[in-house]
Amino acid sequence: MSGYVSLTYLDLVLASSFLVLNGALSLWLKLGLERKLAIAAARMIVQLLLVGLLLKSLFAVVSPLLTALVAIAMIILAGREVWARQDRKLAGIWGFSLGTGAMMFSGVTITVIALTTQIQPDPWWTPRFALPLFGMILGNSMTGISLSLDTLNTAATRERTAIEAQLLLGRSKWEAMRPFTRRALRTGFMPIINSMAATGIVSLPGMMTGQILSGVDPTEAVKYQLLVMFLIGGSTGLGVLMAVLGSVHRLMDDRHRLRLDRLT
Amino acid sequence: MITVESLQRSGLGPISFTVGDGECLAITGPSGAGKSLLMRAIVDLDPNTGEVTTGLMNRAETPAPEWRKHVALLPSETGWWMDNVGDHFLRPTKIAEHLPEIGLSPDAMSWDVSRLSSGERHRLGLLRCLEKLPNVLLLDEPTAALDTETTTQVEALLHSLMEKGITILLVTHDVDQPARLGCKTMHIENGQVVA
Repeated sequence: MSGYVSLTYLDLVLASSFLVLNGALSLWLKLGLERKLAIAAARMIVQLLLVGLLLKSLFAVVSPLLTALVAIAMIILAGREVWARQDRKLAGIWGFSLGTGAMMFSGVTITVIALTTQIQPDPWWTPRFALPLFGMILGNSMTGISLSLDTLNTAATRERTAIEAQLLLGRSKWEAMRPFTRRALRTGFMPIINSMAATGIVSLPGMMTGQILSGVDPTEAVKYQLLVMFLIGGSTGLGVLMAVLGSVHRLMDDRHRLRLDRLT
Repeated sequence: MITVESLQRSGLGPISFTVGDGECLAITGPSGAGKSLLMRAIVDLDPNTGEVTTGLMNRAETPAPEWRKHVALLPSETGWWMDNVGDHFLRPTKIAEHLPEIGLSPDAMSWDVSRLSSGERHRLGLLRCLEKLPNVLLLDEPTAALDTETTTQVEALLHSLMEKGITILLVTHDVDQPARLGCKTMHIENGQVVA
């Protein structure tokens, strides 16, 4: 890797001073954001430092079991995040398992296919390739799924009379939910569509920027970025679709009734 | 006709009654007594137990969407899911001819739902129910938001439906309405029928 410039911790401290400035502005303008900003920044620092250490040792060990364990931990944490980001969620085990299950199925499937047919490291689960890729795919699916489930569950609650009016006219549960299913799917797809459309014009994607900064030829970095965007798009789409259809299935019963009692 | 046997759900019942073809049953009682819950249970909109049959169908053997076309409910709050009134109807042009009969303008089909008053929503909701040609019609306070003249028009429509053999169940707070429509009455308090 030619031209890679290693950063010192002093460089990071200097960079963080801009964030500190934001905190000071928040205090001065009484925005009340300084606490949140400080907590988020502290979480980021700790999480990233830990993950850096963890990845370093994982990459050194190259154990399939450890790699799988880390992947499972990532799924559970992402699942919790999806669950927490919904205002109204399905009650009981469904609330956690639906979003997590959809994310796991779409994320694992797409990552495994990409590793075995496109990137092809040896062995295919090499943590240096598998974990960052899985992380990017999971992170984006997580955003899409949580947005779509939140939209769907909120709409089911708020539009109850509109949904029941359709059921009363003899429409099936899928027909009655269709306007709201569509809205939820659209909301879930929106971040990935927006980021695909704006990529390269408004901003350079983080991963590609990182590669370029560490000395990779920009055209090579672009190829990697395209691959990642396709994988993210595919897995977000699949995950959002599964989660939304699963949630509609759960919100309605076999007698085509809207079961808001199944939401918390 | 409709026969309800041991209908039960949380906060209601068991309730049993029969209403014949072309007959009308008015359900009365204080607010919160369970009148609307009873209506919803009959069309299977909430989990419940018990048997409901009409001369033609048995609820347990009929898919819910078919049952709700056969036994139609007009809830006290009508729901709308598109912007235009006409989009909620199967044949808006045909319905438009009947609008003046219940005191609505013939061009109501092209209106925006957002400009409808609650009385207009209710009358349009009634027509929307009738489009499915139900045999039994459940009406939850169909004339609550209407003035005297419009109430008379809606009651005339209900009379003509009963003459065609349609069975009507009616929730009402208007003490004189059951007599005007020639309905029997059933009084409900705390989810139970009071003799």
